[in-house]
Amino acid sequence: MSIRGTEIKIQGLTHRYTPRSPVTFNRVDLESPSGEALAIIGRSGCGKSTLLHILAGILKPTEGRVLLDGKSVEAPSPRWVMMFQAPHLFPWMTVTQNVGVGLSFGRWSKKEIQERVTEAINLVELQDYAQKNTQDLSGGQQQRVALARSLVMEPELLLLDEPFSALDAFTRASLQKDVRSIAKRLGFNIVIVTHDIDEAVIMADRAVIMAGSPGSIVDEFEVDLPDPRDRADPVVQKLRAELMARFQSAVRAKGGVPAMEEEVQ
Amino acid sequence: MSSPVASSGGAVAAGWYKHPAVQQLGWAIAGISILVALWTLFGYYIAGNPKTQSFASFGFIPTMHAFPELWELGKLQSAVMVSTYRLGAGLAIAVAIGVPVGILMGRVKRFRELSNSPFQLLRMVSPLSWMPIAVYVYATWDGAIIFLIAMAAVWPVMFQTAAGLSKVDPAWFKVARNLGASSTQMLTRIIIPAITFDVLSGIRLALGVAWIVLVPAEYLGVTSGLGYAIQDARGTLSYHWLTAMVMTIGAIGYCLDSILVLLIKRFSWHRGG
Repeated sequence: MSIRGTEIKIQGLTHRYTPRSPVTFNRVDLESPSGEALAIIGRSGCGKSTLLHILAGILKPTEGRVLLDGKSVEAPSPRWVMMFQAPHLFPWMTVTQNVGVGLSFGRWSKKEIQERVTEAINLVELQDYAQKNTQDLSGGQQQRVALARSLVMEPELLLLDEPFSALDAFTRASLQKDVRSIAKRLGFNIVIVTHDIDEAVIMADRAVIMAGSPGSIVDEFEVDLPDPRDRADPVVQKLRAELMARFQSAVRAKGGVPAMEEEVQ
Repeated sequence: MSSPVASSGGAVAAGWYKHPAVQQLGWAIAGISILVALWTLFGYYIAGNPKTQSFASFGFIPTMHAFPELWELGKLQSAVMVSTYRLGAGLAIAVAIGVPVGILMGRVKRFRELSNSPFQLLRMVSPLSWMPIAVYVYATWDGAIIFLIAMAAVWPVMFQTAAGLSKVDPAWFKVARNLGASSTQMLTRIIIPAITFDVLSGIRLALGVAWIVLVPAEYLGVTSGLGYAIQDARGTLSYHWLTAMVMTIGAIGYCLDSILVLLIKRFSWHRGG
């Protein structure tokens, strides 16, 4: 499996749900070079999830545009795949069928599908569960199936909308590490939306902070850490504290209440 | 009956009677036996009473004698063939109309809101009350009866399909679209497998209604089918033929329903019942 990344350019992006509703976010500009893992952090309601949906082509912006390698994103495409908070697997299919479903929509031979599905299942380490019904899997395993279902499409960009927030801490930590290492190995871009500072520190090369209402990007932070990253490492913890401080002062500067630990962890 | 061994993984063939399928069959046989016993007793009672003696052939034993007689005359086969053809054609039309319209109801909110009241109103019309209209519209009795069955069967199929679709996780569509599904693929690969269980449950309900409508519809005018055979038997005072036909109706209905129950089990992806 060889995947390349894509250069993301977000230009003057403004969104409101209906002409009368308030602006979700206003004139957002953001760039991410090919192969980067970018985290967008912010509190609930700052529009970060909406931004991700526009990146995926699921929602349309009111103004502005999203360019991937210079081409405008107008609709969903298997080249930029989104993963959600819940795995949303198809319960009438086995793990293998779920992983292969995207390929079966396209013009792939049975043999090609089989090869790529096997590879993707190995990548997320679910070899022993390939023929199981997805309803017999744990939450973490189901999210791994969803990851394999996205990876099998060989996307240039993987969009993650708080994808591990429903999992227990241990499973979440292992998936965060795995997704980052797979992305780095294969070279595709990640944009992850999260309110979990730890997640940003473990997974991203760079974090941008979104705050205010309407939301805007108020700060950005290089996560300059070697791999593999371990949250118990003092260097990681120091960086996490710095990012938290930056986040709190950014929110304060926007006139918001400083983030509580419970919400932004 | 050879599978109980596998379930406990050892040589426990002696416990075969504990297998759920065997137990279920046992209860079914016991239940039917009680019914037959009561019927036999009832037969003896009316045969023994001078007032009701002339109806003695309603009993279980005369009815059992009627089956070979009707078979030899070819009456049983032809009645079953004709009636099941009408039932099948009516159900097929009901599915062909009910499933697409049900999908539309489940997917398009405006259509659901617009169609709900007229459909609920039409649903409450007794299917047999369309009979005079059906007779005017259709040149043949067959056509009229098939129309009545379709009118009776279409509603459960339609409403169950719509209800099934409303339970579908909307994120499945978002995921499928993101993975490149075309509209046709969305229908064949996502929507249909997701709702097959509900559609089959609808067909099961429809079958019940259709089978109930079929017999009275065949009382009116036609000269073939199970309903006609019952009328005919009554006319010729062949009561044991009459009960044999009634039994046949029950048995066929029971078999068809059992087939659908098996299909529903096969296509259900719901866990825990």
